[in-house]
Amino acid sequence: MSDMDEMEDGSGIVKKFMFLNRKAPHGTVYALEGLEVVLITAAFDQDVSMVFTDDGVYQLLKGIDTKGIEVKDFSKTYRALDGYDIEKLYVDQASMDARGLVEDDLIVDVTVLSVDEMANLMAEQDVVISF
Amino acid sequence: MPMVNIAGKDYEVDEEGYLIDLSQWNEDIAKYMAVEEKVELTEGHWEVVNFLREYYAEYQIAPAVRVLTKAIGKKLGPDKGNNKYLYELFPYGPAKQACKIAGLPKPTGCI
Repeated sequence: MSDMDEMEDGSGIVKKFMFLNRKAPHGTVYALEGLEVVLITAAFDQDVSMVFTDDGVYQLLKGIDTKGIEVKDFSKTYRALDGYDIEKLYVDQASMDARGLVEDDLIVDVTVLSVDEMANLMAEQDVVISF
Repeated sequence: MPMVNIAGKDYEVDEEGYLIDLSQWNEDIAKYMAVEEKVELTEGHWEVVNFLREYYAEYQIAPAVRVLTKAIGKKLGPDKGNNKYLYELFPYGPAKQACKIAGLPKPTGCI
């Protein structure tokens, strides 16, 4: 993209977007729709962070099998995030603990944060969107 | 939904002509889609189409064009992983056209 384009249509603006994922992967469309929004945001070269908290941590679980409920298993898509330059993935320590999960149970590399660390990270964002 | 009949077999497609059921994909439907897109399939085209099918099998999404370009470069080398090469093969958008021929849904974030 040339400098000219950036000046004319404002496409050079980069904001810090945080996407909060709070719901279990299936049963509602939130997780899948949220993931699509994340991919679109990254396609516009924005600074994207993803946070998984509450039942949202289940979205990253290894070995999900959706055959029995006849919906797409999009958990593999989280592994494509790296190719979209989305490398900032965070999970909430308390949510992991409450569900008996450890980092090894997850399909991607994440950073586990305490509530305080999460609050600081959230305060740095320009936009926070919750799914 | 519109239907396409090729060699006695019915295929369901969406309003933009993308295949609905990925598992129905075969070379016949790929060739049909290519004619619709006015693309003459060469070995170079097939390489991209097959790459996209592998990508989808692994990640369950059709990649955005930037991601496709980068991933192709990694797999097939820099002379193929660039916009010029890919747009020569698929003039109306490599992600859009090649995904259609590969039987994948339209890429997320495809504009």
